[in-house]
Amino acid sequence: MDAIVAEELRKRYKTVQALDGVSFSVREGEVFGLLGPNGAGKSTAVRSLATLTRPDSGSATVAGEDVLRHPNRVRSKIGYVAQDSGVDWEATARENLLLQGRIHAMAGKPLKMRVDELLELVGLADAADRVARGYSGGMKRRLDIAIGLVHRPSVLFLDEPTTGLDPEARAAMWIEVERLAQQESLTILLTTHYLEEADRLAERVAIVSRGTVVVEGTPTELKANLRGELVTVELADGNNHIEAALEVLTIVEGATDVASEGRQLRARVPNGAQAIPVILSALEEQGFPVGSVTTAKPSLDDVYLHYTGRDFASEDQEGKS
Amino acid sequence: MIQALRQTGWMIVRQLRNLAREPIWIVMMIVQPIVWLVLYGQLFSRVGPLRGGANSYIEFLAPGIICMNSFFGGSWAGMAMIMDLDRHVVDRFLAAPASRFAIILSQVVRAGITAVLQALLLLVLGLALGVRVHGGALGWLVVFLAAALLAMAFAGLSHGIALLVRTQASMIAAANFIGLPLMFISSILIPPSTMPHWIEVASKFNPVNWGVQAARNAVLTGGHWGSTGGYLLLLLAAAAVTSLFATWCFRAYQRSI
Repeated sequence: MDAIVAEELRKRYKTVQALDGVSFSVREGEVFGLLGPNGAGKSTAVRSLATLTRPDSGSATVAGEDVLRHPNRVRSKIGYVAQDSGVDWEATARENLLLQGRIHAMAGKPLKMRVDELLELVGLADAADRVARGYSGGMKRRLDIAIGLVHRPSVLFLDEPTTGLDPEARAAMWIEVERLAQQESLTILLTTHYLEEADRLAERVAIVSRGTVVVEGTPTELKANLRGELVTVELADGNNHIEAALEVLTIVEGATDVASEGRQLRARVPNGAQAIPVILSALEEQGFPVGSVTTAKPSLDDVYLHYTGRDFASEDQEGKS
Repeated sequence: MIQALRQTGWMIVRQLRNLAREPIWIVMMIVQPIVWLVLYGQLFSRVGPLRGGANSYIEFLAPGIICMNSFFGGSWAGMAMIMDLDRHVVDRFLAAPASRFAIILSQVVRAGITAVLQALLLLVLGLALGVRVHGGALGWLVVFLAAALLAMAFAGLSHGIALLVRTQASMIAAANFIGLPLMFISSILIPPSTMPHWIEVASKFNPVNWGVQAARNAVLTGGHWGSTGGYLLLLLAAAAVTSLFATWCFRAYQRSI
């Protein structure tokens, strides 16, 4: 059985179509990544599945319960760790966890023991009785995860678990999530706009762009589907005939996904080592001096480019503004 | 239902505990009502007609200040909700099976408890300044009930507004916009007999004035228990209505996120 099924979720805020028919499904026990740039609709999708907000249309089940018809049943089976920390700053880690447990109708000794266990699990046992105001970003984040786990949910939503963390804390969080995926029999849905994060943590990913899922699969599958390598050519200074240079690239045998950005030309070729001399000599012949050229094995970045026709990093910046 | 009441209880514990960790807030909570009572008490102490039949102006004023303090406290109570929204604590509760009503009720009761503590403080200070509670034990109880219900009625409204506007600046504007006019269209500072006619009429529809009338009956006359009970019932109804309104406002908030 699938732990999460989202079908044709749509939601519109005043001027923005945040979800434009999002569909995907997550198998029980897997770590699934929703990958996309800022503003793609990942958080809205998660908030809809976590019953925090209602989609305008579409349907979804989480842990076997209908999100729209039985939101309270869903709530007792999920842990939701929002992008922004939900820690009560004035309370200690222990108090935060006890209250969350009580909201889930836990009580007494079982609750106390569960709280101790979680404090240990996320490495906050020593800071457990200090007020959370003084915690570092990484500590607050780990407390957030513990809060999401207190009632032993079967599905855990992690919305941008490492955004805003420094590289060290991020690496620690990755290990944390990997450990969770093994220790607790949990289905984890995480959203991220870090390609390497999805690549590392998620068994399967769905790439989200402008409110829809453009492709779904394991990172390996998605990259294998691209077949070939990405060649990036940077033209030398003072060259403004990008369009003409692109024309040259399209003639190269086997080149696909030809695109440009600034003075950068990109093309996907079956074999980089063979294609580079051909590309270089063709460009030189037509009078386009080349500044640099690189090839790369496909990354999720390329997958994104391939399926959306847009560059991930620049889309991410746009979404922020 | 029982689960919702349990949740309310634990959320009240959370709020009182968090407040107890704010020493500045505690000092303000104690000092501010005292300043009001002493300042206004002095300002109008020589104006005879303002006593409204009391032995001294301070005796007339004390129940008024208690109510003013309660409804101001209630009006500002929504700031706690803004804080919880900003810190995303509310989202965390909403994605868990927390009763929406429990979230509101806990805040409303917290405002009521604060108001009762301040009322106690003011009455004790009043005793030292010569105020006598002519209604006896029942009189004290009525004053506390009036303070609590008044704070709760306005806390409900304040939380509804907080969920609708969701920013501190708008919340401050709304609290001032509602609070100050209601204070002056009431008999907090002066008896109804000295008011311009239209204000006297308007004050009858002002929930703040319901509380003031009840508390003042209890302190000054220790009589009119029937009308006093009526005022308290009206306040109870107002508290219920505003709390339900605030609970309903979660819909608007959840649509916006």
